[in-house]
Amino acid sequence: MAHPSQLGFQDAASPVMEELLHFHDHTLMIVFLISTLVLYIIVAMVSTKLTNKYVLDSQEIEIVWTVLPAVILILIALPSLRILYLMDEINDPHLTIKAMGHQWYWSYEYTDYENLGFDSYMIPTQDLTPGQFRLLETDHRMVVPMESPIRVLVSAEDVLHAWAVPALGIKMDAVPGRLNQTAFITSRPGVYYGQCSEICGANHSFMPIVVEAVPLEHFENWSSLMLEES
Amino acid sequence: MSQDMKEKLENYRTAPFDARFPNQNQTRNCWQNYLDFHRCQKALIAKGTDVTPCDWYLRVYKSLCPVSWVGYLCILCSLMINRKQDQQTQT
Repeated sequence: MAHPSQLGFQDAASPVMEELLHFHDHTLMIVFLISTLVLYIIVAMVSTKLTNKYVLDSQEIEIVWTVLPAVILILIALPSLRILYLMDEINDPHLTIKAMGHQWYWSYEYTDYENLGFDSYMIPTQDLTPGQFRLLETDHRMVVPMESPIRVLVSAEDVLHAWAVPALGIKMDAVPGRLNQTAFITSRPGVYYGQCSEICGANHSFMPIVVEAVPLEHFENWSSLMLEES
Repeated sequence: MSQDMKEKLENYRTAPFDARFPNQNQTRNCWQNYLDFHRCQKALIAKGTDVTPCDWYLRVYKSLCPVSWVGYLCILCSLMINRKQDQQTQT
């Protein structure tokens, strides 16, 4: 999850997010190198007493500073397209979960076998127990079996919302009347937090998302318990 | 009903990838399966044959369609109708 003074992404919990993280590192390194070079040149130009009034053109340097940026762009584009197609691969999900956005909570529906559905409200700050995270915890978490491909269908019941979990590399708009599909696999068990990512009214900041990845047996026990409760 | 169909239904995990709807927007996928289920039911009931083949569409639209779009009652109804038809064709 996010922590104070954080600069980079959260630790990746899915293979796609790992790829995105590495691509971001690669691209940012290129950006730092170019920025350092440019800054160096600016400082060097500004701090010299030498002047040169007689160079009018130079074919060689023009070729270099045309070809080199093109090569750099290709070095960025190839991994980028690779990840784009990776994210678009056909996967065979084991489970479908529907995440419906409301003002101001999420509801989850697991209807592959039985009709399991529940609401997920944020726990108010005054009701938190020590160790829980402010504005991130919910009363019911979206529990999923770990290391299984999951399909999530995101929609909304009233206004636009967006379902986002940064650790899984997911953000999907929740549009009323439309069913948006996304998929993920959790590489490891854990609890992953996210927040509504589309302005949706007064309590937009107070409708978080919590995904809990557990082994399959735990998931089966949890779903039986939830069915009994409802 | 064929053995393949029975096995397919018994091994049902979730709605499989449908090449007719390869993209992000799955609204039409839900709608199509919902429509196909009701048309299948109507056709097979009119014919007086076993309606279990329609169960596939039922499972798929139940997996994909939000409950508020379809209604719990509608899903329960469909399940009950299917079971009643099964019993009728067996007797």
